[in-house]
Amino acid sequence: MLTRYDWQWPFSQLRREMDRLFDDFNGNSSEPSRGVLPAINLWDEGERLVVEAELPGVKKEDLEILAAGNELTIRGKRNHSLSEKTAYHRQERLMGEFARVITLPVEINADQIEATLTDGVLTLRLTKAEQKKPRKITVGVKE
Amino acid sequence: MNSCDTHPTKASCRSMTTEQTRSGTLYTPRVDIVEQAEQLLLIADLPGVRAADVEIKYEKGELAIHGHVAERLSDQSRFVRREYGVGDFHRTFQIGEGIDTQQIEAEMRDGVLTVALPKTPQLRPRTIKVSG
Repeated sequence: MLTRYDWQWPFSQLRREMDRLFDDFNGNSSEPSRGVLPAINLWDEGERLVVEAELPGVKKEDLEILAAGNELTIRGKRNHSLSEKTAYHRQERLMGEFARVITLPVEINADQIEATLTDGVLTLRLTKAEQKKPRKITVGVKE
Repeated sequence: MNSCDTHPTKASCRSMTTEQTRSGTLYTPRVDIVEQAEQLLLIADLPGVRAADVEIKYEKGELAIHGHVAERLSDQSRFVRREYGVGDFHRTFQIGEGIDTQQIEAEMRDGVLTVALPKTPQLRPRTIKVSG
């Protein structure tokens, strides 16, 4: 069970080792074998849930969002945009593929997801499925 | 001591607090520093920062970058899950003598800041003509 998600985009040159490591570690479990999990913030706006992830430098076309029931998947990749020959003096920014499966507290309407990617921040607005919204009950009050 | 220097892949790196200011918590952005033939590039992840909200200062051999991040959720009680903090980014760098500081340029795209630090002519690769 994943309860805490570490930011684990491995450096590209470590990718293969990391993948192998995670494969060994996970065995037959259903958890992702790639150790690539961007951090998320999730909050409740009543009618909607909002999921936010910081994905600087990720292009819209390199991002895929899947939703089913109460499960949301954010996957994509970030690549170096440098074409010229370069030598690294410092490398802290993580590159490569990432995938994150999020279990939401309620079911959502998969066809009503609003996704925006602005200044490297992904925001997903999710509409809660009808039966999960708090019901309004009118109570008759006698005079 | 910047723990990101020794453990750049650590989860806590992004949320590392460097300073408390009146405006809130300052975060240290992750950076790459790369060298090309003509220049050095400083590439910093500044998610949530617009081009107009980046401030770059160079003074006495020190380059400071500051990215202002607008608050995105004021009601903290609505959080169901909170894995990272949101606030301004700040980091300073020592710039060596081989950089033409008059020619520093910067560009912001998709939450990534790229600062181009051109090398002084003395440091650029040259092709020397052989006569004879």
